[in-house]
Amino acid sequence: MERKLTCIICPLGCDLTVKLENNTVLEVSGFTCPRGKAYAETECTNPLRTVTSTVRCSDGSLVSVKTDKPIPKEKMAQCMARINQAVATLPIAIGDVILEDVFGSRIVATQNNTGNA
Amino acid sequence: MRDLVIIGGGPAGMSAAIAAYESGIRDILILERDAQLGGILQQCIHNGFGLHNFGEELTGPEYAWKYEKQVRQLGIERKLNTMVLDLTEDKVITATNSEEGIFQIQAKAVILAMGCRERSKGALNIAGSRPAGIFSAGTAQKFINMKGYLPGKNVVILGSGDIGLIMARRMTLEGAKVHAVCELMPYSGGLARNIAQCLDDFGIELKLSHTVVEIHGKDRVEGVTIAKVDENRKPIAATREYIPCDTLLLSVGLIPENELSKAANVNLCRTTNGAVVDQDRQTSVPGIFACGNVLHVHDLVDFVSQEAEIAGKAAAEYVNQVQEASANIPLTTDGKIRYTVPQVITKKKDVTVYFRVGDIYKNVKINVFDGEKLVLSRKRPKVAPGEMESITIKAEQLEAATQLHFALEVM
Ligand code: SF4
Repeated sequence: MERKLTCIICPLGCDLTVKLENNTVLEVSGFTCPRGKAYAETECTNPLRTVTSTVRCSDGSLVSVKTDKPIPKEKMAQCMARINQAVATLPIAIGDVILEDVFGSRIVATQNNTGNA
Repeated sequence: MRDLVIIGGGPAGMSAAIAAYESGIRDILILERDAQLGGILQQCIHNGFGLHNFGEELTGPEYAWKYEKQVRQLGIERKLNTMVLDLTEDKVITATNSEEGIFQIQAKAVILAMGCRERSKGALNIAGSRPAGIFSAGTAQKFINMKGYLPGKNVVILGSGDIGLIMARRMTLEGAKVHAVCELMPYSGGLARNIAQCLDDFGIELKLSHTVVEIHGKDRVEGVTIAKVDENRKPIAATREYIPCDTLLLSVGLIPENELSKAANVNLCRTTNGAVVDQDRQTSVPGIFACGNVLHVHDLVDFVSQEAEIAGKAAAEYVNQVQEASANIPLTTDGKIRYTVPQVITKKKDVTVYFRVGDIYKNVKINVFDGEKLVLSRKRPKVAPGEMESITIKAEQLEAATQLHFALEVM
């Protein structure tokens, strides 16, 4: 079987072609850099995504967050549910961990929030 | 009298300030209308920024913070919550904030870094009433990411620029249902990766050569009628289709925000809607420079930062009165190439010229002519309107040049 993919690792967006047999990757073509090949392999076996969103802070304001590692694609909705229940205690600095152990990743702040804004 | 005043504290303004500092000037002031630096990046919480400049994928706020940290460390002065009202050709800035009221600053050099804004719907002719529930994609982004409000539950998006695609994913993750993304053109203006990870991942349909022809609803949007368009972009009546929804997002392009540039009598380019600049990003008014999305709309913030560094360095040289032999080489294009930045070369040094094409072409040559003479030619496997291209011209190649014409040749 052949699968066509768009590499999402960088804005170049290379067109990748993957040859598959029983869910094992035989061959990848079309990538410009090794990260594209690695992407094609995980995408066909265990697709991963980075999730970005916002978390409520103790004063009602928001802070932007991300998963510090990509998580399994099918867990995105559950990851969002965890993020939406969380409340972050101010002040928050970029890189602070808001939630531990969310499908193998941590939810970290991508913004500073001193609480004075 | 201030040496350098930078209008706008987004990615362009911050990079320009840092570059000017590194080029030796110290009296630098950034004026920012928002309560924090970072500009539009603060609401762009998705990742994908900084791959060129930092070799990693950052979110918008993280990318902005890399520069803000430097601005702080260098002690570059900034006034936040400060709105610039006017700029004159003599570089007198009139600004206002709640602490100082209205005040004026005379600058030796000014860098315009105000960014761009979204095209509004007024520019589009859609029939029907004007109920609540119609937002630009950027406004919806601000509501969700900065204020925590979801503007609607059932959404149709018109325009497949990157902000529209990003918002399709964002609203889906927050629990809304995005019914379709309609794109007037036969191709998307957004990055291929965003179609893959923002639409395909969630099963959202991208309807190419489609537009919204009618908006329904009195107080709130109740639905839209969409239709396929023919090759002249005219809707085909037989293809009309009604989609019930409560929200219509518009992602139909960006335009540089140039009210201040006009006030200062800066010459504007009709294609980019930004200033006409030379290789230093100096405008037609000596000592006024422009960079970032106020100059021309960029696809990647990394290129904004690079352009701003050029402007910052040049502004510092202007303040320090560095003299260089000058030239006057206008750059023109054939129409297939829509524009170049810069539009004129005034110094015979290595220059990287950025340009955009008007359509999708495969296997092309970009030829640069001086009259009949071919100065240089570069091959490209594929060019598209959504992707900015660049070519570097060496100082030697400019030696005898009087004007340069950029032409696209399909091989
Ligand atoms: S293959 Fe490499 S260059 Fe191509 S999109 Fe993927 S990461 Fe970018």
